Amino acid sequence: MSHLESSVQSLHPAPEGASKQMETTDQIRITTPEKVCGMGHRMKRKEDPRFIRGQGHYVDDVKLPGMLYMDIVRSPYAHAKILNIDASEALATPGVLAVITGKDLKDAGNLHWMPTLMSDTQMVLPIDKVVYFAQEVCAVVATERYIAADAIEKVNVEYEPLPAVVDPFEALKDEVIVRDDKEKKTNHVWHWEAGDKEATDKVFGEAATVVKQSMHLPRIHVASIETCGMVANYDPTMGKMQLYMTTQAPHAIRTVFALVSGLPEHKIQVISPDIGGGFGGKVPVYPGYVVCAVASLVTGKPVKWIEDRSENLQADSFARDYHITAEMAADAKGKITGLRVKTLADNGAADAAANPSKFPAGMYSICTGSYDMKAAHVEVDGVYTTKPPGGVAYRCSFRVTEAVHMVERMTDILAHELGEDPADFRVKNFIKPEQFPYKSPTGWEYDSGNYDAALAKAMDIIGYRELRKEQAEKRARGELMGIGICSFTEVVGAGPSRDFDILGIKMFDSAEIRIHPTGKAIARFGTKSQGQGHETTYAQIIAEELGIPAADVEIEEGDTDTAPYGLGTYASRSTPTAGAAGAMAARKIKAKARKIAAHLLEVGEDDLEWSVDRWQVKGSPDQHKTIQDIAFAAYTNHPQGMEAGLEATDYYDPPNLTFPFGSYIAVVDVDSGTGEVKVRRFVAVDDCGNIINPLVVEGQIHGGLTQGLAPALFEEIVYDENGQNLTGTFADYLVPTAVESPKWETAHTITPSPHHPLGAKGVGESPTVGAPPAIANAVVDALWHLGVRHVDIPITPQKIWKLLRDAGVSD
Amino acid sequence: MSSRHGITVTVNGAQVTREVDARTLLVHFLREDLSLTGTHIGCDTTSCGACTVHLDGVAVKSCTVFAVQADGANVDTVEGLADGATLHPLQEGFWEKHGLQCGYCTPGMLMAAKELLARNPDPTEEEIRFGISGNLCRCTGYNKIVEAIQYAAQKLREAGEEAHA
Ligand code: FES
Ligand code: FES
Repeated sequence: MSHLESSVQSLHPAPEGASKQMETTDQIRITTPEKVCGMGHRMKRKEDPRFIRGQGHYVDDVKLPGMLYMDIVRSPYAHAKILNIDASEALATPGVLAVITGKDLKDAGNLHWMPTLMSDTQMVLPIDKVVYFAQEVCAVVATERYIAADAIEKVNVEYEPLPAVVDPFEALKDEVIVRDDKEKKTNHVWHWEAGDKEATDKVFGEAATVVKQSMHLPRIHVASIETCGMVANYDPTMGKMQLYMTTQAPHAIRTVFALVSGLPEHKIQVISPDIGGGFGGKVPVYPGYVVCAVASLVTGKPVKWIEDRSENLQADSFARDYHITAEMAADAKGKITGLRVKTLADNGAADAAANPSKFPAGMYSICTGSYDMKAAHVEVDGVYTTKPPGGVAYRCSFRVTEAVHMVERMTDILAHELGEDPADFRVKNFIKPEQFPYKSPTGWEYDSGNYDAALAKAMDIIGYRELRKEQAEKRARGELMGIGICSFTEVVGAGPSRDFDILGIKMFDSAEIRIHPTGKAIARFGTKSQGQGHETTYAQIIAEELGIPAADVEIEEGDTDTAPYGLGTYASRSTPTAGAAGAMAARKIKAKARKIAAHLLEVGEDDLEWSVDRWQVKGSPDQHKTIQDIAFAAYTNHPQGMEAGLEATDYYDPPNLTFPFGSYIAVVDVDSGTGEVKVRRFVAVDDCGNIINPLVVEGQIHGGLTQGLAPALFEEIVYDENGQNLTGTFADYLVPTAVESPKWETAHTITPSPHHPLGAKGVGESPTVGAPPAIANAVVDALWHLGVRHVDIPITPQKIWKLLRDAGVSD
Repeated sequence: MSSRHGITVTVNGAQVTREVDARTLLVHFLREDLSLTGTHIGCDTTSCGACTVHLDGVAVKSCTVFAVQADGANVDTVEGLADGATLHPLQEGFWEKHGLQCGYCTPGMLMAAKELLARNPDPTEEEIRFGISGNLCRCTGYNKIVEAIQYAAQKLREAGEEAHA
């Protein structure tokens, strides 16, 4: 893969008119009355009635006449040659209709390989060898779910085990080659850099203090409670393939399916029904989907494939797995001057990350975070190992979690090293409000921010100074208490088409609004909610712009036959892209409505002004036409020469990304006997710009915080030296329950985005990004006086107990 | 092949008789034989609680119960929670307090919470958290689920007081 330009200079020039500093407030902006329920209202979600009655419609709920079931035979080895696949016993079982192997896929037109979203390749089903534990080996199609499950046991596969390579540093030695299908016999996949190496080295040469730390962000898994699955329904008569699929990006998937399978794109319909959580895990195309579609093509019948939890945890795309070594430099006044980072990215057996094409390490170069510094340089190397492919999100915008964890740990280490209070040290080093729009040393242009305000608010809510006093008293008594801060900067809303694409498809998003004659509306979007509440928030955006009550706006997504083309929902991009498209489409409608209103009122367009839901004559508001009046006229009494109807479509190409931020403070108590960490309090102050629905935003933040707590304290996908997954069930992969999850305390500041039409930014992932370093910093803060500088997440009682034992505290 | 058995189960108040495999799981019986797809599957190893239903009033994980074990019993699922157009206070609470996002864990949460409130009509926050600790939610962070259950508990207590007044 290519060595990319080391500099991303001028990546994000300020859009016209956007280079202004935005004011920060606590006040949520509300401009519409309750009955309209535009932005800022705590509207109850419109989608909930079906879910609370058990009437959601998920992929596994799809039941079609004559439907068959597919189950998958998986590899018991991480690396092995396939000598033979004998399916005769399975095929002899009553009810079994077919066994599909890699050879069959090859014969069907080289479908045994597929492209990944990073333009690498990945096996659909293997012919020669397997490269990870639980890899899909072949599939059984049967008349019943249980028969298919029985039959996979009857497929006899003969393997010749090969040595596994689990550790990416070992993999770099190229003693075991994972991908011998490639021309270059090496496990090294790509090298990527950002920033200015020379300037950074110079800053380090002049530094008064340098701290250095290695850290590992281990493999984790999104573990949405709904696993992945598909119902493929090929109609041989009409040549149409219908794919009900757990996907966050239905349109892109349709195009990929068309390109790979050769089926014409208009004969493929991807339907993403209700999705039981996605978090990035439902962006990639997994082999099971492809085989399921082939199974329907071959049999001419609908075929259902639903993975079980173990398959999900063992074979689906993982997140993180970054091995980082970072250095941070400061001058004699304790001002951060530079950051130097080297990282090894463990891709597994294919680079199947879901990053924009030009960014093999995603937005990792956002790693200078909230701090103003002279120079930075980041290098990342991608490597193959015999583990499942991936590098997806886990509720994160393209590797920003790794970047934030690193810079927030480093900032804390440096503050402690210099004997400064971590809060004061941050304030001293923050990018200041007057510096926005801010150009970072790695080339990003932050749109707006006020980091001082968010941290001050968090410190105020939690009572930071008193907590420090309490900590000192406790420490004197030998009790272990820590306070950890994370002041993160997120980067979401990919993205501007000049830099962002996935497999060449630009990362715009879309909305189409139709106003019915009676003033009600339907709107369709290119994104796909997996619980984020789009049916409510998008309706509120349209209500805000047009004054049509949100309750009167139907929102649809996820059916490629009806929705406009878009790149989908992940990386907190829905509000920044599709939400903006909704606002822009509404504004097109508003412009046409103005012409109709002028015609109806017999005045000039310039004589009219907009108010909430109507065009009114300037100076005499009782002369007006509401949007409902206008909608009726658009179909019954439109001006001659004007097109009838009232609808608009917008494909929104954002001028820049948006940069939400926040300050989180965690207070932990560490049990000096058992090493157990208890999060006593956690305050999260988020700034995501203008808020569309505070209720939904709070929900997003709570959920993200628990998903940040999870990798901080509990979750890790663990392999043994043979590449066997040791965490393949919920008994070993520890997803937090309501007991482990603390009572989150949340608040906000509001610093609008200067370039987003609604001043909004995107929020779903900030808490997952911000919570782990806050907790890790709190734990290290509790133990610093014992000589502890760093603990890798997950921070388990075993790890802490060992540190305490080494420090002579526990025995 | 496992043997076939006739079973009669009262599901949400209505009696049904079906023939099932000895090994058919209750969750598959509900979802596939009766098309009651509100009960979800998140793990099939008794870990996530998405499949929680009531068996003779006791919350069970229906992925770990055979359909034949429900022979002669009452099974209540999320579909039986509302009284026609009137939502159960728990459903109301989940809607009011934003106790759900993707909705996948919700039916199991509702059924677990219903049993919790039947046992303990006035639970503390901690008791609620323990009461639903057999149910995983990946979306909400639990704060608002707790609030939803508190909302329902209060409503149910008020309704109880009225009935006794
Ligand atoms: S599906 Fe039954 S507990 Fe998870
Ligand atoms: S709402 Fe998605 S798992 Fe609970």
